[in-house]
Amino acid sequence: MQARRPTTPVFIVLGALAALLAIELYYTAFASAARNTRLAKEAGLVRALGLTDTALFTEARYTRHPALADLNTPFQDHPMGFDHFPSGTIVPVPDLPGNGWLIFEPEAKK
Amino acid sequence: MTPWLRRQRALADYTLASLARRKGKNIALVAVYAIVVFVLASAMFFAASLRFETSAVLRDAPEVTVQKITMGRQDLIEGSVAEEIGKIRGVTSAKPRLWGYYYDRIVGANYTVMVPDDPEMIPEPGSVIVGEGIPRARGFKWSGAPLFLSRYEGDLKRFDVARAFESDSALMTSDLMLMNEADFRDFFEIPAGLYTDVVATVRNPNEVATIVEKGSNALPQMRFVTRSDIERTYQKLFDWREGLLAALAAAGILAFVIFAAEKASGLSAEEMREIGILKAVGWDTRDVIAMKLWEGGLVSLGAFLLGTVTAFAHVFFFGAPLFAPILKGWAVIYPDFALAPHVDGLELLTLALLTIVPYIAATLVPIWRVASGDPDAVMR
Repeated sequence: MQARRPTTPVFIVLGALAALLAIELYYTAFASAARNTRLAKEAGLVRALGLTDTALFTEARYTRHPALADLNTPFQDHPMGFDHFPSGTIVPVPDLPGNGWLIFEPEAKK
Repeated sequence: MTPWLRRQRALADYTLASLARRKGKNIALVAVYAIVVFVLASAMFFAASLRFETSAVLRDAPEVTVQKITMGRQDLIEGSVAEEIGKIRGVTSAKPRLWGYYYDRIVGANYTVMVPDDPEMIPEPGSVIVGEGIPRARGFKWSGAPLFLSRYEGDLKRFDVARAFESDSALMTSDLMLMNEADFRDFFEIPAGLYTDVVATVRNPNEVATIVEKGSNALPQMRFVTRSDIERTYQKLFDWREGLLAALAAAGILAFVIFAAEKASGLSAEEMREIGILKAVGWDTRDVIAMKLWEGGLVSLGAFLLGTVTAFAHVFFFGAPLFAPILKGWAVIYPDFALAPHVDGLELLTLALLTIVPYIAATLVPIWRVASGDPDAVMR
C-alpha cells in the first residue's frame, strides 16, 4: 500500500477553506435581496425625514452630524486644542467648505 | 496525472515533510500571518460595508441644506429664508426644519430631536417617536413606558412613546426622537418663526452648483451644504477610519514582517545544509526553487484563506465585536445594527496580492543565492 502523502490532508484543509470563502462570498450575493429591501426602506426614511448623517457617534455635534457641523466645533476649546472625544480621532474634520461657502470662495471655483 | 503535476505533487510532499520537521515554528508562523490578514481583512470588510450602506442610503439626503452662520456658529434661521430660496429658479421646494440636540442628564446620552415634515411621521401632541437606541439607553422594561425628559434640575416633562424605529434603520435613526412642532418649540423654548435650517429640493441635480451660487449671492451670511458635500464627507470619513484601523494594525504588521523576514530570508544553518544535500544528491537549482515556492505558497495561501474566512465571519456573522470598543468611543448610544453584507472584489484581490506575493518573494530571494552556489561550499 502506498504510504499516506502529507499533501493529502493539507490540500483537503486548503480546499475546505477555499470552499468556505466561496460560500461566504456567495452569502453576500444570496443576502443582497434582503439587504437591498432593508436599504430601500432606510433610504425612504432618510428621504422622509431629510436625514443627512449616520448615528454612529452621538457624543458631539461634529461627530453626530459631520456634514452639517460648524467647522470650528472640533476646536471649540482653542484652535490647537486636542479633541475632547475619542471618536474625534475617527471622524476627520469635514472636507468642507465645498460649493458656496460663506465669505471666501473656494479656490477651484474662482 | 501528467508527469509535471506528479513532480509538483512530489515537491509539495517533500516541502510539507520538511516543514513538519520544524512544526512548532511553522505553525506559529501561519498563525501570526493569519492574524495579520484577519485584522486587515476585518477592517476592510467593515469599512466597505459601512461605506456601502451610507452611500446607498444618503443618496436620498436633502439636496441642499442652508444654515445661517452668526459669528462662526450656526444660528437659528428665519422662516422667510425658505421663501427666498424657494424663489430661485430650479428649486422645487424649500422648507424650514426644526431639529436639535438634547442631552439626557439621566443617562448622559445625546439625542437628536427632530420635527418631521412628512405628515405620516408627525407624532400626536405629547408623544414622540424614538430610535431603537433611546429605550435601550433608558433601560425600558416594557413597551409603552413613558419617557421623562429633564432640561434642568427640578424639571421633568413626560412624553409617551408612540412607537420606536426598527433596528433595521439603526445606522441612521438610533438616537433620533421625533416630536411635533408645538411640543418642540415648547420644549426648547424656540420662538415662532425661527428654525434650525432650511432644506431645498432641486429639479435638476446638475443645477445644484448654480443654485448654490445664486443663493450665496442673495444670502451671503448663509452656508449651503449640498448632497455631494455630504457624500464627500462620508467618503473621507470611511477612508480615514479604514486607514486608522490599518494604522493600528501597522505595528502588528511590522512585527510580522520582521518575523517573516527572519524566517524566510535568514536561512538557518540547518536549512542551508539541507539545500546543500539536495544539490549534492542531484537536485537542480530549479527544483530547489520550486520546492521553496511551494513552501511560501502553502504558508501564505493557508494564512490568507484562514485570515479572510475568519474575518468575514467576525464582521458579518458576529457583528465585528473586536472593533466595537474602538468605534463606540464615549457615546452612550451606539446603533445596534447588522452590517450589510458587501464585499469589494477588487479590495479582496489587493489584499490577497499584498499578503501572498511579498512573502513568496521574501522566501525566494535568499534561496536563489544559496541554491545557485556550489553544494560543497553551501554545506560547509
